[in-house]
Amino acid sequence: MCPPPTPPGPAAGADVERRDARHKVTGTARYAAEHTPPGCLHAAPVPATVARGRVTAVHADEVLRLPGVHAVLSHENAPRLGEPDDPTLAVLQNDRVPHRGWYVALVVADTPENARAAADALRIEYAPEEHDAGPADGHPRLYTPEEANGGHPAVRERGDFDAAFATAAVHVDATYTLTALHNHPMEPHASTAWWTGGDLTVHDSNQGSTTVRNVLAELFAVPRERVTVAAAHVGGGFGSKGTPRPQVVLAVMAARHTGRPVKLALPRRHLPAVVGHRAPTVQRVRIGADAHGVIRALAHDVTTQTSTVKEFVEQAAVPARVMYTSPHSRTTHRVVALDVPTPSWMRAPGEASGMYALEAAMDELAAATGLDPVELRLRNEPDREPDSGRPFSSRNLAGCLREGARLFGWEDRDPRPGVRRSGDRLTGTGVASATYPYLVGPSTATAHAAPDGTHVVRLNATDIGTGARTVLAQIAADALRAPLDSVRVEIGSSALPDAPLAGGSSGTSSWGWAVHRACTTLAERLRTLTGPLPPEGLTVRADTAQEAGKESPYARHAFGAHFAEVEVDAVTGEVRVRRLLGVFAAGRILNPRTARSQLIGGMTMGIGMALTEGSTLDTRSGEFVERDLASYHVPVNADVPSLEAHWLDEEDPHLNPMGSKGIGEIGIVGTAAAVANAVHHAVGVRLRDLPLTPDRLLPHLHGLPDRQG
Amino acid sequence: MKPFEHVRAERTERALAAHARHPRAQYLAGGTNLVDLMKLGVLDPPLLVDIGRLPLDTVAETSDGGLGIGATVRNSDLAAHPLVRSRYPVLSQALLSGASPQLRNVATTGGNLLQRTRCPYFQDVSHPCNKREPGTGCPARDGVHRDLAVLGHSAHCVATHPSDMAVALAALDARVRLLGPDGARELPLTDFHRLPGDRPERDTVLRPGELVTEVVLPPPAGTSAYRKARDRASYAFALASVAAVLAVADGRVRHAALAFGGLAHRPWRARAAEEVLRGAPADEETFARAVDAELAAARPLRDNGFKVPLARGLAVRVLTDLAAAS
Amino acid sequence: MDREGTAGRDDGRGEGRDGPEGPTSSVTLRVNGTVHALRLDNRTTLLDALREHLDLTGAKKGCDHGQCGACTVLVGGRRVNSCLLLAVACDEPVTTVEGLARDGRLHPLQEAFVARDALQCGYCTPGQICSAVALLDEAAAGHPSHVTPPHAARAEGAADLTRDEIRERMSGNLCRCGAYPHIVDAVADAHRETVR
Repeated sequence: MCPPPTPPGPAAGADVERRDARHKVTGTARYAAEHTPPGCLHAAPVPATVARGRVTAVHADEVLRLPGVHAVLSHENAPRLGEPDDPTLAVLQNDRVPHRGWYVALVVADTPENARAAADALRIEYAPEEHDAGPADGHPRLYTPEEANGGHPAVRERGDFDAAFATAAVHVDATYTLTALHNHPMEPHASTAWWTGGDLTVHDSNQGSTTVRNVLAELFAVPRERVTVAAAHVGGGFGSKGTPRPQVVLAVMAARHTGRPVKLALPRRHLPAVVGHRAPTVQRVRIGADAHGVIRALAHDVTTQTSTVKEFVEQAAVPARVMYTSPHSRTTHRVVALDVPTPSWMRAPGEASGMYALEAAMDELAAATGLDPVELRLRNEPDREPDSGRPFSSRNLAGCLREGARLFGWEDRDPRPGVRRSGDRLTGTGVASATYPYLVGPSTATAHAAPDGTHVVRLNATDIGTGARTVLAQIAADALRAPLDSVRVEIGSSALPDAPLAGGSSGTSSWGWAVHRACTTLAERLRTLTGPLPPEGLTVRADTAQEAGKESPYARHAFGAHFAEVEVDAVTGEVRVRRLLGVFAAGRILNPRTARSQLIGGMTMGIGMALTEGSTLDTRSGEFVERDLASYHVPVNADVPSLEAHWLDEEDPHLNPMGSKGIGEIGIVGTAAAVANAVHHAVGVRLRDLPLTPDRLLPHLHGLPDRQG
Repeated sequence: MKPFEHVRAERTERALAAHARHPRAQYLAGGTNLVDLMKLGVLDPPLLVDIGRLPLDTVAETSDGGLGIGATVRNSDLAAHPLVRSRYPVLSQALLSGASPQLRNVATTGGNLLQRTRCPYFQDVSHPCNKREPGTGCPARDGVHRDLAVLGHSAHCVATHPSDMAVALAALDARVRLLGPDGARELPLTDFHRLPGDRPERDTVLRPGELVTEVVLPPPAGTSAYRKARDRASYAFALASVAAVLAVADGRVRHAALAFGGLAHRPWRARAAEEVLRGAPADEETFARAVDAELAAARPLRDNGFKVPLARGLAVRVLTDLAAAS
Repeated sequence: MDREGTAGRDDGRGEGRDGPEGPTSSVTLRVNGTVHALRLDNRTTLLDALREHLDLTGAKKGCDHGQCGACTVLVGGRRVNSCLLLAVACDEPVTTVEGLARDGRLHPLQEAFVARDALQCGYCTPGQICSAVALLDEAAAGHPSHVTPPHAARAEGAADLTRDEIRERMSGNLCRCGAYPHIVDAVADAHRETVR
């Protein structure tokens, strides 16, 4: 059991300025590639140009003669690494090419220009082998894995889905597809590394440098205490920097090989193949309901793909185990290992994909039953988590739906699809639910009181743009009952007390709990202290391994609801979002300013998922075709109109002392469904393949009545 | 990027002379596409002749009431020019619908015309490409080609020309002035860009060492407008676009010029459509018939058939709107 | 940026050096009011010159191909993608995000970005701010945008900076964290301040 949340102090919930904002707006915040130690060399990696095979020759001698080139690393000469848990990190260890874009060499030179030119010039010979890049759907080698990402069982069954579905009054049976999606944080993955004797220092762009340090120590067989990995500022990650990525291993290798500091920033064009992506999915959702719309049977079957390097299974069927009343249920994942880049985490893995399909299917069920889609969801509110039977620690989906409907003006909605037209513009509105699990992990932290009345909180949290620095200071100030400006927060280095990564929307809960513990203990010590503080001050250390690692008897999730209004150009098939409004119930919101930023950020990425973003795998070459930001369409400012994020006050006593759930990911969950449902409402045609680009819309816009007005 | 020599030219003749020093020299103006392609390894000129300071950066009315646009006039300056906005709105609109403010601040008139296709296979030197390396093949034809050509493509190349500006210029009957080792010449913009045929490596009829010096517009022949469809609301290449110039008298089309972007290896001047339009009633039915006459020549690839109804819809709408406004 | 010795002039005898290190040029960069005399590889972009030679890392490398706007700086007062500009070809004064503050006080746009929380990871932020600085100048000069109604084309006078106008004019700067609505707020605030 975890302790109930303490009453909020004055700092929690306050609209506090982001602590690193001034550094970021003046350009003084430094990122991983913005450190240049004396004598620093520059590295440029070389991606494989075959989809599968072996490297048979690396003509290093030819480029070693080029100006400024210091070294060429390949499987022939690269330092041998320990066996990594994550096989995507075993770079330059053998001659295998498991997919196109896999790194087969690294050039190190005196300048970035010379490094890139030599990498481009490096001739590599291959023995190509026949490859299989899918598609996954219907593939003969599809199999059911044991687990999907997050440790979820691949298959869950309750009751008798087939029988219940067969006898249900109303049926939905629909298949939805999502292309691969790419995280594309604005800062490409980068590392600057150097060895000083046996000590390794790295500035790396990641979401958790404690793990990076531990992995590097393993790979390079050095004690952890001799490795320091700093990530003071990180230019976004969205999952793609959640664990170490190849750039850090390559930079450290090159530094060891050359004996010089080495800087390596991955070219944007390489990212799609080497730092992960949201796997493409084909999702079949079947819902059988009674005449009142109450779900009797629910099946969510996910087909996806992974690489031959490692098994990663996008857990898209998992939210169906959480969301709705479903006495008879089957949720499954199948996967095939192909000669393609390795998928990984992208903002709300599982939930973002799965809730697109589930919530689109719920919209279809609403249409089939003639019920308002908000009402349909309210009728299917379960009193316990359907899959586990556990009670919810808190569940305010209904509240989010009702409040969202009120704020959005949903009640006046004409449910008929395809009837709102002004000139060439068709408009429609849609709703979808959101959910994201509450995750928390053990962390350590120290809190220090100095005689001058200031405090320092130290832990290796990472601020990837979430506002962690700011929120942790607020938590500390309240626990210390001290003014906010008396608290300094030091994060972003593995030299600080160990802490988990910024991922799974768990940062604030995990880190905050340790900070809270340390600061509460410190405050207690200060209270009981007789006499003045010693000159060196007082420091306490906290470790939440006990409490934060515990299994909860409750099902703990954040919930939300999105309401979207879209405009479809009946001539061009262009879809633009006019309004998007989300209401969330995610425990206590500790800083409304940074929270709002995260929520609208997730919603924005959801607009991209719905309308603009997609990576096409060219199965002939085994690579993603959209490898730059001109062809991979991250939404631009003009794509994002009125966007509102609201939240309900939610007191949940079963979480952590702050009473917080996570907010980093739920913003993207369900957004694409709300937009796609609005597109259906606008045009009257159900389009089940994202993104909804003009080529997808146009074939369906012809039978429409001609322009009016 | 391979090392190169950089030479700054202060005068146009000097630029030509400098360029003559190497057969693979390139003129550098804004460089927004050239530097991009050099980074990609698609181009590796040993010599860049920097023409950024040549006195080719003015926009001036011509004696016949047209407009002379210097080759190094920046796209943003051209779009904002009062004469362009008032007399050639199609040109201002086309420019403003392309790229981003930052790119338009640097990209020039001449460079915009000479930009290369964004076909993903052309841009990646690890793939064969007939345009980049003649005779190696075209992976786009059976590959990922949703964005590529439906008109005028060949077995050798299915690339599209990416410019918005050039589409407007095609509809405006612009002429391009060139200066080369053999002297000056002038030709219609619609003859400047080529279809791929069996020589897809040649985007234009530009001869070795020739420099675009000016684009000349005749006096405006009607009202005009540009429309573009794209995957996101801004900062994206056209899936299809339309530039139209229309003059209507007594309910009939007196002058019509129509050009498509995003459909072909060059800005596609729709002569067949114009033939139907000339003298016909300026109504939606005529416009649809005219556009259909043009698009009958379309030969979509496996995955880009949507471009035909898209272009049709855009064109009919632009013409209808222009007719309504005139 | 000023130039003294150049890679070559059009007499064909330039001062460029085509030695074993590849062609280089001496380039004089004027950045944020400071003059820097450098010998640079001709391939060096303005962005890399700033980041790797002058330790001005405010301008960011997001794509290196003019597709994201993170490298936006002002050259001769105009916003440009510094990743596509060769340093050797750049001869006007450069202003980067580090040069916007005056007398220790942040530029109004920097203040507005802080006040509106118009940033998260911060990597696109310097480019957004430089872009916005130029946007306000462009609008004041009456430059149109793609969403400016054609018939509202006023050759004289400032552009009407509606939210739609700001969104379009800021669309050359990607933000993956999704701070767009707050960026629009910040630009609108700074605009109000400047026209007041």
